[in-house]
Amino acid sequence: MNAIKKLLGYVWMLLAPALICFLLYEAVQKISAANEIQKANVTLQWVIILLVFTPICVGFFIFGKYASANEYAHLPESSSEIE
Amino acid sequence: MIQEKKQSGIAFVIGASSVGTLIEWYDFYIFGMLATIISKQFFPADAGTAALLSTLAIFAAGFIVRPFGALFFGRLGDLIGRKHTFLLTLVIMGGSTFAIGLVPGYATIGWAAPILVLILRLLQGLALGGEYGGAATYVAEHAPKGQRGFWTSWIQTTATLGLFLALGVIILIRSSQGVEKFSAEWGGWRYPFWISLLLVGVSILIRMRMSESPMFTKLKTEGKTSANPLKESFGNKGNFKMVLLALFGAVMGQGVVWYTGQFYAQSFIETVCKVEFIQSRNLMLWAILMATPCFVLFGWLSDKVGRKWIMLIGMLAAVLTYRPIYKQFLSLTSAKNRIEKIDLAKTTVSEPKVVTDAKEATKIYVTQIFDTAYTDGAHFKYTKTDTLHLTAAYDANLKIDTLNPSLIVSKSVKPNVVIEKTMDDATYWNLIWLVFIQIVYVTMVYGPIAAFLVEMFPTKIRYTSMSLPYHIGNGVFGGLVPFLGTLIVEFTKSPESPMGDALAGLWYPIGVASVCLIIGVFYLSNKIDKNVMD
Repeated sequence: MNAIKKLLGYVWMLLAPALICFLLYEAVQKISAANEIQKANVTLQWVIILLVFTPICVGFFIFGKYASANEYAHLPESSSEIE
Repeated sequence: MIQEKKQSGIAFVIGASSVGTLIEWYDFYIFGMLATIISKQFFPADAGTAALLSTLAIFAAGFIVRPFGALFFGRLGDLIGRKHTFLLTLVIMGGSTFAIGLVPGYATIGWAAPILVLILRLLQGLALGGEYGGAATYVAEHAPKGQRGFWTSWIQTTATLGLFLALGVIILIRSSQGVEKFSAEWGGWRYPFWISLLLVGVSILIRMRMSESPMFTKLKTEGKTSANPLKESFGNKGNFKMVLLALFGAVMGQGVVWYTGQFYAQSFIETVCKVEFIQSRNLMLWAILMATPCFVLFGWLSDKVGRKWIMLIGMLAAVLTYRPIYKQFLSLTSAKNRIEKIDLAKTTVSEPKVVTDAKEATKIYVTQIFDTAYTDGAHFKYTKTDTLHLTAAYDANLKIDTLNPSLIVSKSVKPNVVIEKTMDDATYWNLIWLVFIQIVYVTMVYGPIAAFLVEMFPTKIRYTSMSLPYHIGNGVFGGLVPFLGTLIVEFTKSPESPMGDALAGLWYPIGVASVCLIIGVFYLSNKIDKNVMD
């Protein structure tokens, strides 16, 4: 089980930057395809999405990093283990 | 006797917390449900910047401000206590909701209207971000051992019941007033906002009678509360690890299942299947009403068998059945599977109605209604509007059918067609059951999650630690279901298939729920934390 958790950790680490690239690509595509009236609105929508999703993807990468280091092999059973 | 007293004590705690949380959800939803009227009144599309403010109000309140509210009020709740913090969120939410109902429209006060509404909407998002974590923590910290899932599941019903209340109030007012009166600048759409003041007032009075969480009081007496909850929650690797696990292994999947079952379903039935306004909302009400007890059922069950597998089975069921369910929506509401009535005139056609454009006297809109009846009792109404440009202003005394064709300069190539389908009883109930199934998935993933999150984090930083992943999972992953769903459908459109694949939007919730399911299966524990006092 721990080997799978570790292996999947690498998958999450790869998935996180791939998601950011995908969102960036989509943002550029959608903004450039928008007409003059919609442009500012579409840009704002995508800026918000990128602003929100980039830190989430960074968090996902860190999650993958922890998983690949087997940090989730044992989950804490009391708060003293967390502190 | 002591047991009875304990039960009535916890019942009061649940009641008082739940009513407030329910009202906060109600307040948050009415804005979304009245978005079309609100944007017309405050954010007219032809005023470019106002449309930008509208985007900010819709996007920012759900996606940016909610997590910030979680951080701000979560920190406050871990510093000064749960009771006062979630009393504060209630006051902010109720006050801003009531105030939205008082803001005059763009036509009266111009730019001030969208700016004021934006500020108030952001305040709503901020308050909501702080409310849920506080209520869930407060109830869990009062719950007797071995019953945490059951008691916190009452709090979990509030989001759905808030939606129910919002839908019910809007339908009631709209039906009693009629569409025109309801949508006017000072029309009935404002009443749901004003009603909030009364609801919040009652809830504040109840919450003022509540005492502080026993666990927090104990920590405070012993001087063991956190000095810096944000740093201890996210700066401490041991806890941050658990925040990430909560988000990616449970809450993000729960968020998309929640929004798909209750919002995407409604929007799909209304905008893709074209079921008429009142019927599409009524069927949601029935499904919600019938499925809501399952929150408590699954919360109770999670005390017996653990939280993890109930939530993950709900996600798995969603992943496997979303596409067949939505395919069935399309099939049930299609004209293809119906037989038109032949004994009567199968399609009735109304007299054309002509309206002259407010700005151009030579531009007219000709509307005609075609109503097709089917043998099963269903009625499909097509309202077709042609735009005509004339050589001179339209004479209202003339009949459009007798209008000399030489007077017409141009006619819209593609008329605007609005379809409204009224379903027969059997189809109506089939639709209700299909929505019901999706809301049962919601109850599986959402019913046990408050107890699950509470058990993951230490008392002194619990409010902060559980609020952030909850609002990212729900607000961001869940809240983006309609937007990203529509976007994915757009990808599938082509000249050969101008409508695209109507089911393609489901790939977003299916994808997120699948990743969450895999993480949950491999990384989460099914163990129930017996001691949340630490």
